[in-house]
Amino acid sequence: MSRIIGSSSEHRLRDIRRFYTPLITTIAAILLSVFPIVSQASPTIPDLGFMVLISWRLLRPEAWTPRTALLLGLLNDFVTGHPLGQSMAIWTLVFLAFDFIESRVGFKDYWLDWFFAGVAIIFYTVSSWYVAHVMGNQADISVTLPQMIISVLAFPIVGRVVLAFDRWRLAR
Amino acid sequence: MAPPANRRSGFSRRAQYGLFFGYVLAVAGVLLAIFLLIISAVDPRGFSALRGLALDATSPATAGGRSVIRFFGGMGESVGAYFNAASKNAAMRQEIEVARQKLIETRATEYENRRLKQLLGVAEESEQRVATARVIGSSFDALYQYATLAAGSGSGVQVGMPVRGPEGLIGRVLDSGRFASRILLVTDGSSNVPVVLVRDGTPAIATGRGDGAMDLKTLEVGENPFRRGDLLVTSGTGGIYPPNIPVGVVVALAGDSAIARPLASPGRLDYAVVLRPYQPPGEEAYAPEGPR
Repeated sequence: MSRIIGSSSEHRLRDIRRFYTPLITTIAAILLSVFPIVSQASPTIPDLGFMVLISWRLLRPEAWTPRTALLLGLLNDFVTGHPLGQSMAIWTLVFLAFDFIESRVGFKDYWLDWFFAGVAIIFYTVSSWYVAHVMGNQADISVTLPQMIISVLAFPIVGRVVLAFDRWRLAR
Repeated sequence: MAPPANRRSGFSRRAQYGLFFGYVLAVAGVLLAIFLLIISAVDPRGFSALRGLALDATSPATAGGRSVIRFFGGMGESVGAYFNAASKNAAMRQEIEVARQKLIETRATEYENRRLKQLLGVAEESEQRVATARVIGSSFDALYQYATLAAGSGSGVQVGMPVRGPEGLIGRVLDSGRFASRILLVTDGSSNVPVVLVRDGTPAIATGRGDGAMDLKTLEVGENPFRRGDLLVTSGTGGIYPPNIPVGVVVALAGDSAIARPLASPGRLDYAVVLRPYQPPGEEAYAPEGPR
């Protein structure tokens, strides 16, 4: 290894890159929600933090445990101003469900990943709506539909971006 | 792709226990999160200090991003303005003429109004400004329609205060940090604003729908009093929102209710004024709190 890379400091740098790229890209995606891109009348932009999170999870199942989702969810709750605990609970549950599914389903391909991601996005949207509803939000569930559909359709694009980051992460 | 093999811990007891405790920890984490959620439902202001801190930490990024967007957006606008200057100038001059006439009429009405109020012995209660600040960001989530304001408790902004813009009511303060605060827009599903119809004074409640509009519900049963194009202003009932702030315009009728668009459209929010919570005459001091 060190013959190819050259010095031990580069070696260390590469290890850091390998280890922290998923975490940093996800945190960056979560922080995108504070970046004031536009404020629309009817919001249709997907929740990028969650999309990047499940993309990494489906691409590299071994990289993260459900506990990672718990901490990232905490960050997301603080940054976006959602009720504290919402993303923590939902994201961790999604990770546990992915673990369970992967232990049962013996194979994995592009369409199956998309399918499970779609189920996860729908679960996330509906349960977020339910939490808001319990807390007295009177918005109809139909207002979350555009965002949900666009999120499901945009998942392969986010997946592509994450894949590009993964290639860069593992490049020598 | 082959299924990931690394989850199998093999025959190693230690590895098996490690995996098991990992799951126990995750489930405990979910329970903790649900517990936190229940706390935030019961006491919405329980974590306000932490939330304010997070708001402060992220607001520089928000403000910086906003100025970048403003710069690029502004460039396009000024180039266009340069080409249209001549025709715009003429149009504006005409507009000013009309506005001046209107102003004189309004002054006359205002004077008459004041005299009549003096006659009735009604004390004039103007809106009390707390702070004026830039709107630096907004959420793009259907369920949580928030805007971020570049003023916090350092400028006297407190949770529960009403916020208005030049066009009309924007919402009220939900969380406040030291330098930034989060505003619940009137279009959010948990926002309820008591309004009156300007045309005939019918009271109603404007509830957010989550898609950029508001539902209007009258307090009386009977025929639908709304018409398209009706203007709504705050009534001041129940406190918090001072009376006579424009709220929205009726755009559609639906059964015995109506749908209104806010006058302060979220896409054009620019500057906002934070007001002191309104206290209806003859009531006790208002303690800011309220359902989220």
